[in-house]
Amino acid sequence: MKKILILTTALAGFAYAANAEEVVTVMSWGGAYTKSQVEAYHKPFTAATGIKVISVDADNPATPIKAQVEAGNVTIDVADVEFSDAVRLCDEGLLEPIDASMLPPAPDGTPAIKDFIDGAIQDCAVANIVWSTVVAYNSDNVKGTPTSIADFFDTKKFPGKRGLRKSAKATLEMALEADGVPASEVYSVLNTPEGVDRAFAKLDTIKDDIVWWEAGAQPPQLLADGEVVMSTAYNGRIFNAAISEGQPLVVLWDGQILDFDLFVIPKGAPNKDNAMKFISFATDTQRLADQASWISYGPARKSSSALVGKYIDGKTDMAPHMPTAPANMSNALVNNFEFWVDHDAELNERFNAWLAS
Amino acid sequence: MSENVPADPHVAIVTTAGGVEDGALTISDGTPLKRALARAQSHARRKAFLLVLPLLAFIILTFVVPIFQMLYRSVDSPNFHDNMPNMVAWFAQNPSGTEPDETAFTALVEDLKLLKKNRKAGLVGTRINYELPGSRSLFTKGARKAAKLEPPYKEALLKIDPKWSDPKLWQVMRSAASPYTFNFYLAAVDRTRDADGKIVRVNENRRIYLKLFGRTLVLSLLITFMTFILAYPIAHLLATLPLRKSNLLMILVLLPFWTSLLVRTTSWMVLLQSQGVLNDAMVALGIVSDDHRIQMMYNKIGTVVAMTHILLPFMVLPLYSVMRTINPSYVRAARNLGATSWTAFRRIYFPQTVPGIAAGALLVFILAVGYYITPALVGGADGQLISNLIAFHMTGSLNWSMAAALAALLLGGILVLYWLYDKLVGIDNLKLG
Repeated sequence: MKKILILTTALAGFAYAANAEEVVTVMSWGGAYTKSQVEAYHKPFTAATGIKVISVDADNPATPIKAQVEAGNVTIDVADVEFSDAVRLCDEGLLEPIDASMLPPAPDGTPAIKDFIDGAIQDCAVANIVWSTVVAYNSDNVKGTPTSIADFFDTKKFPGKRGLRKSAKATLEMALEADGVPASEVYSVLNTPEGVDRAFAKLDTIKDDIVWWEAGAQPPQLLADGEVVMSTAYNGRIFNAAISEGQPLVVLWDGQILDFDLFVIPKGAPNKDNAMKFISFATDTQRLADQASWISYGPARKSSSALVGKYIDGKTDMAPHMPTAPANMSNALVNNFEFWVDHDAELNERFNAWLAS
Repeated sequence: MSENVPADPHVAIVTTAGGVEDGALTISDGTPLKRALARAQSHARRKAFLLVLPLLAFIILTFVVPIFQMLYRSVDSPNFHDNMPNMVAWFAQNPSGTEPDETAFTALVEDLKLLKKNRKAGLVGTRINYELPGSRSLFTKGARKAAKLEPPYKEALLKIDPKWSDPKLWQVMRSAASPYTFNFYLAAVDRTRDADGKIVRVNENRRIYLKLFGRTLVLSLLITFMTFILAYPIAHLLATLPLRKSNLLMILVLLPFWTSLLVRTTSWMVLLQSQGVLNDAMVALGIVSDDHRIQMMYNKIGTVVAMTHILLPFMVLPLYSVMRTINPSYVRAARNLGATSWTAFRRIYFPQTVPGIAAGALLVFILAVGYYITPALVGGADGQLISNLIAFHMTGSLNWSMAAALAALLLGGILVLYWLYDKLVGIDNLKLG
């Protein structure tokens, strides 16, 4: 009896060890976004390679990386992070370098380096999507029809609470845009002390009406509950709440702020090879186009655009919902990662002080 | 003879000690009693020590060591010192106030080349950026272009970015050149060094930490007081009711205690938010109009209400255990002797409950000072506590040195308060049960 027990335990151990090699842990942002990745990347990847994908979520997957790497206890293999975080973590030596020549070429043979949008391939990161921070409103609750970013800051014309992400990034840019700064000049204005004062002064005008959110899944909820009438949000989350859940939510593209989400591998990731396999699989032309049929984020490869079709409901055309659609780009701002890598700490400190006062 | 000595020397004394001989007590084998006792006692002590050893090792390894490692980061600043050897040497040779000359810039360019080679520009830039925002890209850009620079280096570097001649930058680099720093502690009390190295307050719109330390203290005291006000009658009721009923009530006290913290916090959100149960009910009853719903969530009120509820059991339980041991005949005797019920309560009952209040207050206060999740969820903008800022530096800005400095100040502050508390109340007076 005892022998059998030992034997089975040992076998179970072996089986576990064998299994453990065929796993990759991917950390993402949760909600509709993680679902789009599970459907477009994880399931086909497991089907193609037999490697199991474990999906975990965080409010911001960049935050656990430093703690895990410094503690020497890295549990995630791939993380989906924002541009400035990818650059900062890479600079601090917390990420594995990624060899861009490993990435598959486009179907017509264009090498990956040329196929990706400018800036989408970094030393330690490969972009998968272009997303944007937009203003969205609940058409049932807001009185009238907001048309510009300035309306978000106008609580007289459009009374009601506003939702904003509790972070200086994107918030300050939007304040300046609403104050009349054209998108092309936002960062040069924000780079001066007067510009920062101006942004905070604009925020002051609606401070008492702001509900702060932190997780990407919150704004659609706050809007649907009627807790706020307008909110900044990630455009894909609003699309999903509006199209698949039928919520009366509308995206205001004016003043949108575009950003990349990039895949990175934390230094010392337990399944580094699988992580690399996963990244090159997930960022091929077809996969990036597939993701766009689950959520309205733009693919980071030029060759994917032509393959983007309809939403999974089979009737909604995705193209006009993409942040990169020409009609939506008329007053769009591209997030300046270098500005934020430099000023993140300073501006968030001031932002926190402003919040607390 | 010695073979037969019983294990316990006390037994030997009783059975075989012959009394006083040569002026000293001995046990049966002739060993002086004192030494035998000492040996037996040290044996017992060793055994006791061995028994607690696993716990001690566990606490040291998983608690004391990591805490000190973390706190060490608040003064540890190796990045500049380890990666910029030429600059460190130049700072060592030239006293503070020396105008950076061509040799200084040569050292700087040499170091920038090293940074490029070792891929450390981000690390050093981040360190300088903590004290002089906007200087991080100076280092990453400088390192990228350093290899192509030609002497004279001062001119070449200033051409890339004129900020390289900023005296404040050189002051920050000088202080970062030392492997240890107290600047994070300065920053944690809203102070900084100016270009001459003098300690000054930071710009008004960036002062936050002292304010939050103050708010944490005030709100924690308020929450402690609120739990006391609410818990005292409950504990009294529990202690005086017949056992069957009080057990039932006790479960009501403990039930929330067993429920997940997040569930309890989100329940308060459902109740108190502006579209929540309470506001809806008040609007339906016509107490407030639909446009003027009361904001009770995502601010200080939300933090105080939710934390008071969550910490309530920590006040009820010590109070209850103390009140149960109070003999009701004291109060009856007081009433018999003509005291009013208020006097009997004030002079007889209340003083006997003080040890329970002291214990409960200490527990609730210390827990409240370090509370993090609840204010993060329901605190909104003005209900944040210092722990939320520590969390921000741990996970958001990744400035762990700053988080460690704030945590050390918080720990130090609590130790001072504890010492005061000991002086005022006396830790011996605490009664947890």
